Amino acid sequence: MSNKNRSVQTVVATGIGAAIIFVLMKFIAIPTGISNTQVNVAEGFLPLLAAIYGPVAAGLAMFIGHALNDFVTYGSPWWTWVIVDGLVGVAFGLFKRQLDIQSGKISVSKLVLFNVYQVVVNFVGWVLLAPTGDILIYHEPAGKVYVQGLATWLLNSISVAVIGTVLLVLYAKTRTKRGSLKKEK
Amino acid sequence: MSKNLFVGYNERDTFMHRLSGSTKLIGFVSLSIIGMVTFDTRFLLGIFLFSIILFWKSQIKLSEISFILKVIIAFAAFNIFLVYVFSPGYGISIYGSHHMILGNPNQFFNLSWEELLYLFNVLLKYTFAVPLALIFLLTTEPSEFAASLNKIGVSYRISYSVEITLRYIPDVQRDYRTISLAQQARGYEISKKANLITRAKGAVQIILPLIFTSLDRIETVSQAMSLRRFGRHNKRTWYMARRFKMADYLAFFVIFLIVIVGVLLFKVNNGRFWNPFN
Repeated sequence: MSNKNRSVQTVVATGIGAAIIFVLMKFIAIPTGISNTQVNVAEGFLPLLAAIYGPVAAGLAMFIGHALNDFVTYGSPWWTWVIVDGLVGVAFGLFKRQLDIQSGKISVSKLVLFNVYQVVVNFVGWVLLAPTGDILIYHEPAGKVYVQGLATWLLNSISVAVIGTVLLVLYAKTRTKRGSLKKEK
Repeated sequence: MSKNLFVGYNERDTFMHRLSGSTKLIGFVSLSIIGMVTFDTRFLLGIFLFSIILFWKSQIKLSEISFILKVIIAFAAFNIFLVYVFSPGYGISIYGSHHMILGNPNQFFNLSWEELLYLFNVLLKYTFAVPLALIFLLTTEPSEFAASLNKIGVSYRISYSVEITLRYIPDVQRDYRTISLAQQARGYEISKKANLITRAKGAVQIILPLIFTSLDRIETVSQAMSLRRFGRHNKRTWYMARRFKMADYLAFFVIFLIVIVGVLLFKVNNGRFWNPFN
């Protein structure tokens, strides 16, 4: 596919991806009891979006979806978390080449590697960046934001590990495998 | 389309509706940034009152926003409770003095005027932007929103993505409902009655078809847009874009004044906090 088409696809994937993320966040979130933290199904969709359309689409879609969701539920977005969510999307997108999902071959070792990567990415995002941003910008007490950050890290990692992996495997199955056609003799 | 959102655009003819989307966007963004950074209680109260007046002027009915208000109140109350429980002495350490109401500074659980002022600031920060955000959502037409994003300098590709998001949220929502009802008819339980595992399984049975149909849709829409040569030029014009009028320039001036006052207060207060305890 040419470059032009790729960029149009990125625009559309960002838009519709954000719409899906918005709907998933709004309707299928399972609350955990710790405030503003829930088992986020949208987070599990992110690896697939990132694996197909790359870092720009995944990052922007997450950013737009999360900001819109905050807008219509809380009145104003909680910017530090919205930005971190976008960065997590970008980070997942950077793994696109390693996963190479369009080849239709997705081995166990690739999935294990991806899951190690996502746990690290989520750790950097939710335990290091997001709470630090909250302290610097919103001046919230460190104890509270780090507990929220830790909880989000665990929940998002689990969501990505379970839902994300299932989606990646199922999507890879729908792709035609490279070299699956043989010349008849 | 906006009917499906919890809050959405409503056609009326008021001052706020006549302002261009870009003006409202710039106003919302600059006021929420300055309000996010400052901890000056007087300034926050000022913006809050200002936004309440604008809200009243834009004739939004309370019934349109009662649901969102309940969520915001619950959110703010619970967060403030957590902020207090995790460090009741935080206010004392910020303001560097202690005027006790209950207990003494050496105990973990105590209550001081400093802490109350800090919590009040936090409450104001959670709520001050809400009327502004609601005004923005309820008085700006979704397609004008994308045009205004482009006008304030966001690349038109990103603006178009936002436009597509707003356009497809109702569609994805409708797909979600249809799939959800179909799967429930087949016996998947997703309501609160079921336990967590069953609910999770039910959720997966809904999101799989939802995501795969949406991926097809991405393909179709991007092919349609390529056929129409989207992205060929570096600029594009917007059908819904509005020219700035006198009222817009007046609004810019007011926004500018408020931001300047906020910045000057950093100087006066020697930092982000207003300290009445000295």
